[in-house]
Amino acid sequence: MAPSQQEIPLQLVDEVVIRFAGDSGDGMQLTGSQFTDTSALLGNDLATFPDYPAEIRAPIGTLFGVSGYQVRFASKDIHTPGDQPDVLVAMNPAALKVNLSDLKEGGLLIVNTGNFGPRDLAKAHYEENPLDDPRLDQDYQLVAIDLNAATLTAVESTGLSNKDALRCKNLLALGMLYHAYSRPLAHTEKWLASKFGKKPQILEANILALRAGANIAENSELFKTVYQVDPAPLPKGTYRNIGGNQAVAMGLVAGCKLAGLPLFYGSYPITPASDVLHALARYKNYGVTTFQAEDEIAAVCASIGASYAGSVGITGTSGPGLALKAEAMGLAVMVELPLVVVNVQRAGPSTGLPTKTEQADLLQSIFGRNSESPMPVVATASPADCFAAALEAVRIAVTYMTPVVLLSDGYIGNGAEPFLVPSADSLKPFPIKFQGETEDFLPYARDPETLARPWAIPGTPGLEHRVGGLEKADLTGNVSYDPENHEKMIELRERKVNGVANSYEPLEVFGPEEGDVLVLGWGSTYGAIRGAVNRCHENGHSVAQLHLRNVWPLPNDLGSVLKRYKKVLIPELNRGQLSRLVRSELLIDAISLPKVQGKPFMATELERHIETLLAN
Amino acid sequence: MTTETPTYKKKDFVSDQEVRWCPGCGDYAILNGVQQAFASFGVPKEKFAVISGIGCSSRFPYYMDTFGFHSIHGRAPAIASGVKIANPDLHVWVVTGDGDALSIGGNHLIHAMRRNMDIKVLLFNNRIYGLTKGQYSPTTVPGKNTPSSPYGSLDEPFNPISLALGAGASFVARTVDTQIKHLKEVITAAHNHKGFAFVEILQNCVIFNDGAFGHVTDKEVRDDRQVDLRDGQPMLFGKEKDKGLRFTSKSLEVCSPEEAGTWQADGPTGANAFRICQACENGEIPVPIGILRQVERPVLDETVTKQVQDVTESLGEGTLESLLSSGETWDVS
Repeated sequence: MAPSQQEIPLQLVDEVVIRFAGDSGDGMQLTGSQFTDTSALLGNDLATFPDYPAEIRAPIGTLFGVSGYQVRFASKDIHTPGDQPDVLVAMNPAALKVNLSDLKEGGLLIVNTGNFGPRDLAKAHYEENPLDDPRLDQDYQLVAIDLNAATLTAVESTGLSNKDALRCKNLLALGMLYHAYSRPLAHTEKWLASKFGKKPQILEANILALRAGANIAENSELFKTVYQVDPAPLPKGTYRNIGGNQAVAMGLVAGCKLAGLPLFYGSYPITPASDVLHALARYKNYGVTTFQAEDEIAAVCASIGASYAGSVGITGTSGPGLALKAEAMGLAVMVELPLVVVNVQRAGPSTGLPTKTEQADLLQSIFGRNSESPMPVVATASPADCFAAALEAVRIAVTYMTPVVLLSDGYIGNGAEPFLVPSADSLKPFPIKFQGETEDFLPYARDPETLARPWAIPGTPGLEHRVGGLEKADLTGNVSYDPENHEKMIELRERKVNGVANSYEPLEVFGPEEGDVLVLGWGSTYGAIRGAVNRCHENGHSVAQLHLRNVWPLPNDLGSVLKRYKKVLIPELNRGQLSRLVRSELLIDAISLPKVQGKPFMATELERHIETLLAN
Repeated sequence: MTTETPTYKKKDFVSDQEVRWCPGCGDYAILNGVQQAFASFGVPKEKFAVISGIGCSSRFPYYMDTFGFHSIHGRAPAIASGVKIANPDLHVWVVTGDGDALSIGGNHLIHAMRRNMDIKVLLFNNRIYGLTKGQYSPTTVPGKNTPSSPYGSLDEPFNPISLALGAGASFVARTVDTQIKHLKEVITAAHNHKGFAFVEILQNCVIFNDGAFGHVTDKEVRDDRQVDLRDGQPMLFGKEKDKGLRFTSKSLEVCSPEEAGTWQADGPTGANAFRICQACENGEIPVPIGILRQVERPVLDETVTKQVQDVTESLGEGTLESLLSSGETWDVS
């Protein structure tokens, strides 16, 4: 049914994937996150995937300078930011070239023709203007519009220079999409007011551009259809939109509140973990002290010092930083003090691809220290899940007097989704009691259940004692070179860490309790696996999902669960690290599905692999 | 809780651990001096945290009956920083050596100085790596034959005092292992200083670098080879204090006691401290000991605590409830 000129139809859809793409200076991350926040407040379920270059302001118009932000919003339960965008906003030729192949056939393609001059085309290595190719209009719903000119007109009254005025063009594009997807402008206007409150001229220009975008879209009937995406039937409760790194910070603060201890966060700036430091630095009124250290080693050492003095010492980093912290983490193993090491993984080795995602630090986290230095490892599955995972890491660290690694990654850390906020009374406190009793005090005596040693902090009269990196005599903690004692202490530390598994909740699978294929995952593969398994269920296949929050020590019931399925598939953004563990620890012939492209799995590619497994 | 000042004797700071330094090591004298000094401060002994890295000197915490932390190579200032920020009420002392502090841990040392953390660093300088059997260190005199420099060390050394001055330490002093009265005085001054205190202790290693500072510290020569700098007093040296020092427009020179300049540890730039610690290398000018610099600067652990208090006062104390209800929320019913 062709719409009449006067009547633009409103179509109800259950999900949309939009990708905003432009220069790294074009404000695409801001545009995407504003669209996300507005959609969250409308009650959509959503997932995002910011994808940006390492260069803060790469040379304008270049292919490597393209920054993208993908948001998927839906009226149903979703788990990934979507495999293919329905809508691509390309602010320049480079953005078009990098992203066009991902756009769904027939998808909406909005192109800013204002940046398609000969020089722009040359920088993107286009020999001819791709907009002149008639196929573009046939394969996609092409909306070619000069956003630059429209922005200059819209903000003319503010008297801003052309250069400053053009900075508002992302808001104009955002306004257009707000109209196309029936979103109100109010949230973004409020946000702009708080951001540019002290710069009224800039504020006015941005608001004018935003409104102009919505008006142009409506008045010039830019889009053949206007869409509506209703709120998702999410479980009851209070929600907020949250990014992964922010949720880690919140979870760490909550964990320390539940432990009843102050939080000390020592960190050195590193992509993509710095946002955890930024977020915690704002929580000073929650008993949080942040310390931007001179290097990664100082960051972890200061955190160990803070734990020694009675705070929960936490440090955060990404893979290369974890390597630098390894020796100090071994010290924390030896002195048996709580420590949480947040590792927001990125693609490596070495500096690798700092802004791209990977989960290849699993074995480094578990084993990457000299000698036998066991350490629990907790992994977060999604941006919202970071809260609970961080809380779990704090719980283990203070309950067992041990360093813990919390694994996140760039995909989770920079992504965002709705977070069902738990009520304060639903979170179980784990209050910590420092050693106070001086009678018969032994620094390395152990709690019979957890094998944790007492936490005896400086300032407590009568408990003066010495700790250090030299091997400890059992009980007294004095330096000991006794061979039997060394073996006993190695074994004790290992038993203590293995005992953490006794505190896990029983494993729960998603899907049939037994069957043909179990897809086992950990970390950020959660959403893609869930999407793929859901599709397998729709096709009537016997496929289940098991996702590990506690990656080390492995859960006690893992082996028995895995054995209920004919095949175990382990997709990982590494060369098969969990697969190695499952094979060596459980003697289960798991099938590894590795991917190391700096990009997350797509649900469709996982579905394809599962189908292949089922067919063979 | 009692607020009485505790009275201690040296033995109250002696731990039950057997001291394992080589017989004749300068560290014994330093340990004795530190234990005596700590006993005199009137600070409850549970409030001392003595933190070390790796090396002969870093065994020190085991022998002190206080809270102690023998950590990893070079990292003691970083660990101490965390301890002090987490509990500013503690008296945090770092014991380190020339390799530990100036080589592997150089970065932590200069940044602790820059931040003016209220921690006290005792650097035992014996100009050699002792625990690893005698390699040249960042303070070894060029030309020295060691296992790792069999044809003579080629490295130029650091002057720890000028390094500390350059990094902006608010208290910089030097003393000698065997001059216990002076050592106690300097350590007491470090204790009383608000902010970072750096004390270089010239220390002998009888095994690998015997007589490292003999030309400065031996009884027969030390009156002529040392000048004990006292704030606000003339710079005098010699057995009978019969020689003086004074700054000239270009350098530093020996003069009569009447002409001697007055030492100021809190000069506006620290330029004189820098000049005198450099000049000592030329042989004619005596080696300065005592307090080379002492100034007041904002102390990081205090400013950190104050910022937390200020933010808490202005935003209100955060609770689990307020944490969970923060941000823009919506309800699904």
